[in-house]
Amino acid sequence: MSEKSKLIQGRTGPWEIVLGLEIHAQVASNSKLFSGAAVGFGAGPNEQVALVDAAMPGMLPVINRHCVEQAVRAGLGLNAQINLWSRFDRKNYFYPDLPQGYQISQFKDPIVGEGIVEVERDDGTTFIVGVERLHLEQDAGKSIHDLDPNFTYVDLNRAGTALMEIVSKPDMRSSDEAASYVKKIRTILRYLGACDGDMEKGNLRADVNVSVRRPGAELGTRCEIKNVNSYRYIQQAIEYEARRQIEILEDGGSIHQETRLFDPTKIETRSMRSKEEAHDYRYFPDPDLLPLVLDPAWVQSIKDSLPELPDPKRKRFESQYGLSHYDAGVLVADQARAAFYEQAAAGRDAKLVANWTVNNLLGRLAENGGDIETSPIPPEDIAGLVKLIEDGVISSKIAKEVFDHMWAGEGTPAQVVEKFGLVQITDTGAIEASIDKIMAANPDKVEAAKERPQALGWFVGQVMRDTGGKANPAAVNEILKVKLGL
Amino acid sequence: MAIDAATVRKVARLARIREPEERLEPLAQELNTIISWIEQLEEVDTDGVEPMTSVVAVALPLRDDVVTEGGDTRRILSNAPKSADGFFIVPKVVE
Repeated sequence: MSEKSKLIQGRTGPWEIVLGLEIHAQVASNSKLFSGAAVGFGAGPNEQVALVDAAMPGMLPVINRHCVEQAVRAGLGLNAQINLWSRFDRKNYFYPDLPQGYQISQFKDPIVGEGIVEVERDDGTTFIVGVERLHLEQDAGKSIHDLDPNFTYVDLNRAGTALMEIVSKPDMRSSDEAASYVKKIRTILRYLGACDGDMEKGNLRADVNVSVRRPGAELGTRCEIKNVNSYRYIQQAIEYEARRQIEILEDGGSIHQETRLFDPTKIETRSMRSKEEAHDYRYFPDPDLLPLVLDPAWVQSIKDSLPELPDPKRKRFESQYGLSHYDAGVLVADQARAAFYEQAAAGRDAKLVANWTVNNLLGRLAENGGDIETSPIPPEDIAGLVKLIEDGVISSKIAKEVFDHMWAGEGTPAQVVEKFGLVQITDTGAIEASIDKIMAANPDKVEAAKERPQALGWFVGQVMRDTGGKANPAAVNEILKVKLGL
Repeated sequence: MAIDAATVRKVARLARIREPEERLEPLAQELNTIISWIEQLEEVDTDGVEPMTSVVAVALPLRDDVVTEGGDTRRILSNAPKSADGFFIVPKVVE
């Protein structure tokens, strides 16, 4: 994507969007950040609440080692600086689903400092997004406003769950880039096992900071759109918000820094006036918690235990298996996909396995709203299919038919080929008989082919049709050339 | 620093403390007295002294990631002025 095409044309000239994201990723843990209550989805109201979470007087928070470890893992995965000394602050505000009256967060001294993420655009090009920081904090509970016209219902099950907030630098310039960045962060966190990345459940959500400016000018005033929880909503919210700001500026107005809410049904953002005053959070160090001091040897052991991450894996897939940048990218976008591929590719034509996995299997799964975890075809059957092609038992064309039967659960590739009689005809006698028959029936075409060798293709097509697609195309070509005297 | 009535109004509002208008000016004076008293601490030379985070030099204890609490909705809700079906019930919060 060229720099120019990212600009938005207004009535008075081009504008550039500047985007920074705060991603809230729920730490995958059994229990909460500061209490022994369970973390999970689907429990009854207030069933997963410890006395600390309900802010009962005298209760003290004790931090979860596993959550700290996940934050360090995430920091390492984002190529970021790990701060061996960090501490927790209180972020003060009032809301019914925040019983303490403050959120325990990290303000001045976060556990993870600056990092760098390489992000792929949809067209395969890459760009760099700087990470400002990653810190640990508590999630709030849940307020339900629609159960009663006069009251709000509060469930504290989510209160105190560990979140990692990942703050980017304002390095994105289009809604596509923002979505690609979130995808990349999600992939990295899922590889690390630090967050399950389930956006539907709100386990990964983003606050989007949007501003616009004339190309090359100073940064404009930004508005923050809170809690957007799908790629599509992120893009729609940005597109709407950028247009809104451009219109105000082109009418001679100015942007008022504020928090806004995205409404997915109306596809618009609107002001959250209730949050206006809340911006004065009066942070101060939490006196209930000592500074968090990490042992460098522990950080090193975490580093040594990291899995192969998406970027190095992609480079390895390209060099080891000779895959295209695109195919490698599709396969490493998800750890389960990459593992499936590597299992299928062992000892086989790796590029052919990639073609079948990416174009056929993942394509078919996507059409049905699934991914590799729901594949009805196991990796050994993709390997089996490719082996049949390699061994010349079936042609690529027939392989598509075999694949359809495999998809329908009609057996392994070998069973399908056997059951439906799809073995490729390599017997030259049978192919010759078919060619002779077609040549005898079409003497005019025979003459034409002698004049124009390109007409050979017509004969190949006829032979394939006559043999139900089972003739070996290479053998057909060879024999045809001899018979037509080409 | 000096605190005026407007600052007191803002702080009271942020802390959800209701103060009548006529109390704001006296409160500002009281707070200014307290602050000027604390400002005496600025006379101490703290150059090169690390901010104290705790009176005891120990690191933050870490606990294992195991579930030890929960499943006690009744106890959690026992102080709630109003509750039903396992929920706390509070006056309508309009977003």
